[in-house]
Amino acid sequence: MSPELLGAWVAAGLTLAIFSFLYRDNPFFKFGEHLYIGISVGYSLTLLIFNFMIPKWWTPLFREGRMSLLVPTVLGLLIWTRFFPRFSWLSRWAFAFIVGFGAGITIPRMISNFIFRQVESTAVPLVSRGPGGVSFGWEDLSNFLIAFGVLSVLTYFFFSVEHKGPIRPLARAGVLFLMVSFGASFGYTVMARVSLLFGRMYDLVEYSSRGYGYATLILLGIMVAVFSAQALSKRREGE
Amino acid sequence: MFLRQYVPMAIAFVIGVAFAVQYYVPHPASEGLLTTVNDWLIVVSGFSMVLGLASLMGSHWAKVRRAVPGWGYSLVVFLGILGTLAVGIVSKGKMFAGEGLTLTALGWVYDNMLVPLQGTVFSLLAFFMASATFRTFRARNLEAGLLLTAAFLVMLGHVPLGEYIWDKLLGFLPSKADQVMGWIMNVPNMAAKRGILLGVGLGAIATSLKIIFGIERAYMGEGG
Repeated sequence: MSPELLGAWVAAGLTLAIFSFLYRDNPFFKFGEHLYIGISVGYSLTLLIFNFMIPKWWTPLFREGRMSLLVPTVLGLLIWTRFFPRFSWLSRWAFAFIVGFGAGITIPRMISNFIFRQVESTAVPLVSRGPGGVSFGWEDLSNFLIAFGVLSVLTYFFFSVEHKGPIRPLARAGVLFLMVSFGASFGYTVMARVSLLFGRMYDLVEYSSRGYGYATLILLGIMVAVFSAQALSKRREGE
Repeated sequence: MFLRQYVPMAIAFVIGVAFAVQYYVPHPASEGLLTTVNDWLIVVSGFSMVLGLASLMGSHWAKVRRAVPGWGYSLVVFLGILGTLAVGIVSKGKMFAGEGLTLTALGWVYDNMLVPLQGTVFSLLAFFMASATFRTFRARNLEAGLLLTAAFLVMLGHVPLGEYIWDKLLGFLPSKADQVMGWIMNVPNMAAKRGILLGVGLGAIATSLKIIFGIERAYMGEGG
């Protein structure tokens, strides 16, 4: 059996095992689910070792003698003190370093990339000026709606003042903008999942061909037979 | 008290202030420092992954040892982790080998096991989302109606079938389905996203300041 053919059988089997959850929770699905966890962890670990730990830590520290790498080594070993409850408080030093670094790099980047850039993109001219004078077209209406939407959404999230009087309609407009956004995000996510589904179905159809030994059909048949046998034995137990 | 509380707070303060200032120092030494510490943190994340791995394997090992119902599936987790790791070591962490870019054993596991499993698990959500939509999406008020309409239009604009339906039913309108979807994504959706992002940005800055000044100490765990 060639690796490609074996791969087709394995991929078809695992795909059908996960899809079998649509019938009900069953051992095929549980096997696939647990295997997915195991393989994901094993794969992440492999990438971490070969793409990061060896080239960025082991080789520079132990082969090239870059002593500065003793700092992350000590920080890493401090994290491992979590294994020993008596010394676990030492891990706080490592976490303080990581959290402090994260907090430090967040502040200027948030100001620059989130606050300034978002405000800059929102605060654009709301009318166009051309050779024929000032005009208000479709693009200007869109720019106005974006500016109004941002202002109203911010008003909705501003809880320091009570949402009544003139604030109330503005906050309500914010809710409407949020609903359109949530709906759009939902539609987008559904379509992304459906496209994944098409991908898996396409593979299953491909693997059901003669060239792959009718892998999908045979494995599907085995699953249906197992489920039917289970259902029959349950019915007999009931009788 | 000093070593357990004040030292971590001092570390967070010094490192936090140093790297907040670093952004405003456009000098090669400053850039080099950021790159070095970034590499350090990758190494630290490698060490911390052992912690996560030990926790995952510990919980599954406990199931096997106590022989709780379904303990066999915990063995499957071990099989997945150790098998993939062994295959990764044999392949030296490479997905392809040789000039002809033939798949290594790790590449085979990725293509024929991880990708189908991941794709199928996430595509299952399409069924559950469709079912949840059917049960809960009712235009009971203006907000729900807007949510439903936006979702429907975005879905229509994404597929050729949607465009066909749009052309048949609303072909007299000047805009096509994909143009309407683009406008929804780029105008009202963008406005709400920007509002949320501004809030997220301000929140992240406030939380970072609280960490640097020792007001937020959740990272210290119990007794922090």
